[in-house]
Amino acid sequence: MTEVLSQLALDFAGLSLLAVGGAPTVLPEIQRNVVEVHGWMSASQFADLYAIAQASPGPNILVVCLIGWKVAGLAGALTATLALLVPSSILTCVVAGAWDRFRDARWRATVQLGVAPLTVGLMLSSGYLLTHAADDTLAAYVLTAVTVLVIMKTRINPLWLIAAGALIGLTGLV
Amino acid sequence: MTRPVPVSVAVITNETVTPTERELFTGFLRVALCGFGGVLYWVRRVAVEERRWLGEAEFVDVMSLCQFMPGPNTVNLAMVLGLRFHGVRGALAAFAGLMVAPFVIVLCLGVLYTSYGELPLVQSVLRGIGAVAAGMMLAMGLRMALVARIRNVLCVVAIVAFSAVALLRLPLLAVLLLLAPAGVALAWWWRRGEAA
Repeated sequence: MTEVLSQLALDFAGLSLLAVGGAPTVLPEIQRNVVEVHGWMSASQFADLYAIAQASPGPNILVVCLIGWKVAGLAGALTATLALLVPSSILTCVVAGAWDRFRDARWRATVQLGVAPLTVGLMLSSGYLLTHAADDTLAAYVLTAVTVLVIMKTRINPLWLIAAGALIGLTGLV
Repeated sequence: MTRPVPVSVAVITNETVTPTERELFTGFLRVALCGFGGVLYWVRRVAVEERRWLGEAEFVDVMSLCQFMPGPNTVNLAMVLGLRFHGVRGALAAFAGLMVAPFVIVLCLGVLYTSYGELPLVQSVLRGIGAVAAGMMLAMGLRMALVARIRNVLCVVAIVAFSAVALLRLPLLAVLLLLAPAGVALAWWWRRGEAA
C-alpha cells in the first residue's frame, strides 16, 4: 500500500513540473504510466474515468483524483491530487513576482512564443489518445468531430454538450 | 438612509475590490461549481466581471504567467490571485475554494462508477460523454493553435511533439528536454528575422 502511494506521489509530482501550458499536456504521459507502465487499469477504464471527471464540475485535472482513488482508495486520491498540484503551484507562486518585473522583456515573449507550439502539440496528443480510447464506432467518431466543430464555431456552455453526449449514449447510438 | 453603490457605477469608474480570504474562498467555490468543461472561462467571469478583483489587462497578464508555468492553469491562477491579495493564507483559501467541492463530488461519482460502472446503461452514457470529452480536448488544442500564432516554422514543433507523444508514445521528459529548447531557439530565430 505504502509502495503504491509513494509510486503515485513520485509519478504525479514529477509530472506536475512537466505540465507546460497546463494539465492536459501531461494526460498522455499519465495514460502511458497508468495503463502501459504500471498496468493499473485498461485504456477504456482510463477513458471512463476521464469522462466522469469531465462530467463533474471543477478543473478537468480531477481525473488524477479518480485514478489515485481507483489505485489506492481515498489516500490514493489525496496523494495523487496533491502530488500533481503542489509542486507546480509553489513554483508558479515563486515565479509570479519575477514575472511582473520582466513584463516587457523581449526574452519573455520569445520563450512564450517558443513554448506555445509544444503545448498545442501535447494538447492535440491528449485529444487524439482520448478519442482512440473512447471511440470504437463510426458514430462515436462522428460525435467527437461534431463536438469539435460546435466548440470552435459557437460559444455554447460545454455542460450542454456533455448532457447531449450522455443522452446520445443513452440511446445506444454510439 | 444609506444605499449600496449600484454595480454600474463601480463598473464605470473601473474600481477594483480587494477580496477577503473568505471572499476568495467563496469566489473560487463558485468558479468550481459552475465550471463544467472549461473552468478558465469562469475564473475570468467571476474575478473580473462579477467581483472586480482586478482589471482586464491585469488579468491577462496573470493569466499568461499561469498558462506558461507548469501545472493546471486554473489552480495556478487561483493560487497567484490569492497570494496577491493575502499572501499564503489567501493562496490556500483560493485553492481550497477551487478544489474541495469538486474533489468530493468526483469521488462520489467514482464510488458510483465502481458499483454500477459495468451496467450496460452506465457504459453507454459514459461512451457518449467520453466521445464529447475527447472532442472538447481536441477543440481546446486547435483553438490554442489559432490564438497562439502557431504559424510558419513553429508548426514543426507542434507536429513533432504530436508525433512523438501521440503516435510514438515516447516519454514526456525526453520530448520536453529536446523540444522546449528547440522551440525557444526557433522562436528567437524567427523573431530576429521578423525584426530585421
